Amino acid sequence: MTTTASTPRPTGTTAGDAAATTPRSAAPRLRSRRAHSVDKPRRNVLLTVLTAIVLLYALVPLAWLVISSSKTQADLLSTFGFAPGSSFALFENIANTLAYNDGIFLRWLANTLLYVVLGAGGATLLAILGGYGLAKFTFPGKKAIFAVVIGAVAVPGTALAVPQFLMFSQMGLTNTPWSVIIPSLISPFGLYLMWTFATQAVPTELMEAARMDGASEARTFAQVALPLLAPGTVTVLLFTTVATWNNYFLPLIMLKDPQWYPLTIGLNAWNAQASTVGGQAIFDLVITGSLLTIIPLIAAFLLLQRYWQSGLTAGSVKE
Amino acid sequence: MTQAVVPVSPAGQTTELKNPRRGDRAKPARAPRSWRGWGFVGPFMLVFALVFIAPIAYSLYISVFRTQLVGGTQFVGLDNYTRAFGDPQFWDGVGRVSLFLVIQVPIMLGIAMLVALAIDSGRLYGKDFFRIAVFMPYAVPAVVAALMWGFMYGPRFGLVGYINDFMGWSIPNPLGPQWILLAIGNIVTWSFVGYNMLIFYSSLRTIPTSLYEAAALDGAKEHHVIRHIKMPAIQGSIAVALIFSIIGSFQLFNEPSILQKLAPNSITTYFTPNLYTYNLSFSGQQYNYAAAVAIIMGVFTMVIAYVVQLRGTRKDA
Repeated sequence: MTTTASTPRPTGTTAGDAAATTPRSAAPRLRSRRAHSVDKPRRNVLLTVLTAIVLLYALVPLAWLVISSSKTQADLLSTFGFAPGSSFALFENIANTLAYNDGIFLRWLANTLLYVVLGAGGATLLAILGGYGLAKFTFPGKKAIFAVVIGAVAVPGTALAVPQFLMFSQMGLTNTPWSVIIPSLISPFGLYLMWTFATQAVPTELMEAARMDGASEARTFAQVALPLLAPGTVTVLLFTTVATWNNYFLPLIMLKDPQWYPLTIGLNAWNAQASTVGGQAIFDLVITGSLLTIIPLIAAFLLLQRYWQSGLTAGSVKE
Repeated sequence: MTQAVVPVSPAGQTTELKNPRRGDRAKPARAPRSWRGWGFVGPFMLVFALVFIAPIAYSLYISVFRTQLVGGTQFVGLDNYTRAFGDPQFWDGVGRVSLFLVIQVPIMLGIAMLVALAIDSGRLYGKDFFRIAVFMPYAVPAVVAALMWGFMYGPRFGLVGYINDFMGWSIPNPLGPQWILLAIGNIVTWSFVGYNMLIFYSSLRTIPTSLYEAAALDGAKEHHVIRHIKMPAIQGSIAVALIFSIIGSFQLFNEPSILQKLAPNSITTYFTPNLYTYNLSFSGQQYNYAAAVAIIMGVFTMVIAYVVQLRGTRKDA
């Protein structure tokens, strides 16, 4: 340990690399590489700057959205996108967005929350159960399930949505929350993620020990497996939440009544209003509403970082 | 010599400590073969049958009929399919998404790969910030992404108009018919670069440190490590990202559908096959023909995804 710490030679790596062929000369070089390369490599300014281009690409439109949310509609049309407007109208815009059309935005927010809680929550529950079952049991038909579920992922949204719509309309479910919630209950990606996660996170020995103690399968699952599956659960919940929160196609075809719209369809309707005859252009509300729509998800991703990232890096040996 | 060994050993020990756990994982589940697993998988499969299998079966069923105002519904066999194969509007959409696929997907995955490698190399200042910030657009709904970029593209209060005025340039209107596909490609790239980066990055994190140490012992440089350790190790996740991107391209719908309001002259009703089936169904009431078109696209997508998967797994030697 002391040898590593006492040889801070950060610049010694590049020049000697190629020439170092004999073990004797390799030894000191290795030490300096150990100190900087494998665990904690040297920071690189050029690489940071190059990667920052992609970072800017990712963040600049979001910056535009924040800046634009603080402008009045007149300023939106007359000032440069990244320059502030003549007045700071963010709070005014938020108040207008929430109040417009008898507070329909809040209704859409409540709808979205309903779809997320029941749709994404249910999808996560089904994925946990299914992933655990696939990971820890062998049963007849298991291979067929894998093939069918993976194949289903490739089916285009419309191939499903059109017959789903026709079936649901025969059942009298279109234009009700169920038409959005029920299809959201299936997340093949969530199932796949829980499957790989459960394979690694739940030791079979532990399950056997629980069974030896006389625990039922349900109890083994609830008390032994479920706590171990927590990081994977957060990951799946977050991704199904995004899928439900951001869903556009499904509610677009299933819902006619604006009272049941989620935020995405509502915003699109507000935007379309400008191009309809006699419709009032409300770009300021579309932009502020967009900002309000993305804030909860971004906040969730930031706050739950450690959980979902550890869920995704399941089985990582490196950390 | 002994000095050289000392710094290596702590890392060697940690990998050894972790080995038993890996060994456990490698063993197959020893649960006896029985129907018990169905108790857990059953609920998923039940809903899956209702919202996936039944609609597909129903789709297949209605695709062999034709409904007319006069004469009602009649069985027409494969007529709808032959009609689709001779439909120039369908092929126009297929051509467009194929073009989109061969240009946008490599660019998006290439950028995602470079960023993932840069973050994984540990040579960035503030790599945690990079990782989360590049991923952030994924949390933005397609509706918001398309509206936001659409406004920025737009000549009315968009950035492009401003830059043209200010710099005296004449950047063509991104929402014009010639550039609209590129404009959509940019929105999709923006939305999913971070997501794919995270897939690659997660996969890179699973490479054991001991491999890098062994490479360092052999005097391997960074590009050797990338080529011979990192890339082979993440082959699987590249195939997964590629398949999802292919599916996404063939299903292109949200962005053109939303931009249609901002660029009505550039986006036709058959701009993509998905948009075409949507308009056939909900504007034209031609559910039977729409089902046939959707099934052809579904089969097409599955075949290509399958071929990519085969090639992807065969490539690693």
